[in-house]
Amino acid sequence: MRIHALGDTALLAELGTRLDTALNTRAIALAAALKKRRDVRQAIAGYASVTVHFDPEQATPDSLGAAIKRLAAKRPPMAEPGRLHRIPVIYRGPDLEEVAEKLKLTPQRVAEIHSRPIYRVFLVGFVPGWAYMGPLPEELELQRRHVPRTLVPAGSVAIAGRQTGIYPLPSPGGWHLIGSTSVKLFLPDRDPPCLFRAGDRVKFFASTT
Amino acid sequence: MKAVLRVVEPGLFTTVQDLGRPNAIAAGVPPGGAMDRFAHRAANLLVGNAEIDATLECTLSGPHLRAEHACIVAITGADFEPRINGTQVANWTGIFVSPGDRLTFGARRAGGRAYIAVAGGLEGDRWLGSASTNLMAARGGMHGRNLKAGDQLTTAREASRPAVSGHHLPERLRPRYTDHTLFAIAGPHIKRLDAESRRLLFGATFNVSREADRMGYRLDGPRLATSGDELLSFGLAAGAIQVPRAGQPILLMADHQTAGGYPVVATVVSASLQVAGQLVPGDELRFAEVTIERARQMRQSQAAALDSLRDDLR
Repeated sequence: MRIHALGDTALLAELGTRLDTALNTRAIALAAALKKRRDVRQAIAGYASVTVHFDPEQATPDSLGAAIKRLAAKRPPMAEPGRLHRIPVIYRGPDLEEVAEKLKLTPQRVAEIHSRPIYRVFLVGFVPGWAYMGPLPEELELQRRHVPRTLVPAGSVAIAGRQTGIYPLPSPGGWHLIGSTSVKLFLPDRDPPCLFRAGDRVKFFASTT
Repeated sequence: MKAVLRVVEPGLFTTVQDLGRPNAIAAGVPPGGAMDRFAHRAANLLVGNAEIDATLECTLSGPHLRAEHACIVAITGADFEPRINGTQVANWTGIFVSPGDRLTFGARRAGGRAYIAVAGGLEGDRWLGSASTNLMAARGGMHGRNLKAGDQLTTAREASRPAVSGHHLPERLRPRYTDHTLFAIAGPHIKRLDAESRRLLFGATFNVSREADRMGYRLDGPRLATSGDELLSFGLAAGAIQVPRAGQPILLMADHQTAGGYPVVATVVSASLQVAGQLVPGDELRFAEVTIERARQMRQSQAAALDSLRDDLR
């Protein structure tokens, strides 16, 4: 594990560099364990890392770094299977035809492959309610769009690399839009204000409404 | 509570801010809060408030406010030449205001963001534990938006008694907003910069571009060359200097995205975030590398300056 300074009040602990469910499970468990410490203000799991915001009056980067290594060496508690969300998708996104063409598949087949796996929510972040999900089947792997869109509608279901996601708010975006859902991901009047949490599982199914 | 101030003119971009909502980061919600936390805290302490009370953050120009009730206000941060009924008043000082008094501002002399605290603390919509305004979610502060003419500003509670004006932060303890050197600690991905780019990062002059807001500043200046594979997204922090593939650095500020996958080559230390929070498009800046130990000393001297205000009020 490598631990880096992120300024004078945060550390980035890297558990690995691969998109991997086991690494992500360890990162989520480590973040949960760190949050219980008095010198830790906030611990956020990334794909394979934990960003730890600490109280510099109670910890030094060295003392906290050592504690992070000790905690990471412990066997994490058995992770419970995450909550399962079933999400209806209308597979009629503006990029569906182009994606199908590039992958030498039919649009119908892209939808079938996309809705086959149960995806894992690796982390929630970037913008409110956005969830990085994967791994996407290799058959659908594509680089991001060369020119990002300046405005992607909320509810757009998108793919890029080995990841899939849903735009929770209208925002710029460079992923390929293959469908849309009416499910709201950003719930500003709930706490936490988002539908998905890190570690949750998501199953898409084709819908006409 | 009671409406103490009425907004006659809102200024260019004025929002309610406090110390933000760090507990919402895990949901992807930006931490938010005052861009210059030193000025925000000092303004509150000068009027007898708690540091976490909400203040107004005024960007590039000040508002025109009319007092509806007697109150104490303090204006800190950028110097926009504050005036009461047309007569210039001191920054970084607690001031009595009487009903009918008009608080206005003149020209921008230094800094980009002024803070106005009112004894009793400003009332704002609370969202996820904070009254800070989040425009994207349209939540917090003044109904999730910047101020507009006609808004009424109310206090969260009765001001502490007795009311005392004239508390001030001595000049020597105020941040020097004209010195745009931002101290930074080398970041997790500093090794992705080639030698020349590393030299430029800690040597060249950059300019805050027009693409600069509370989320962050894109910086004009030399391009920084990074190498290596794409990174997996990870949790970010205010002050992080990201370098996307095209090489134009981005300095993340209070409303920053909570996660991202661009290399972070350095992070501005907490004691320098105050000055960073005063920057506006066109400002020059440079980064200077510091050690964790030096960052600690800088942080502690700022804390001591705020402590002196607290002792003052005892």
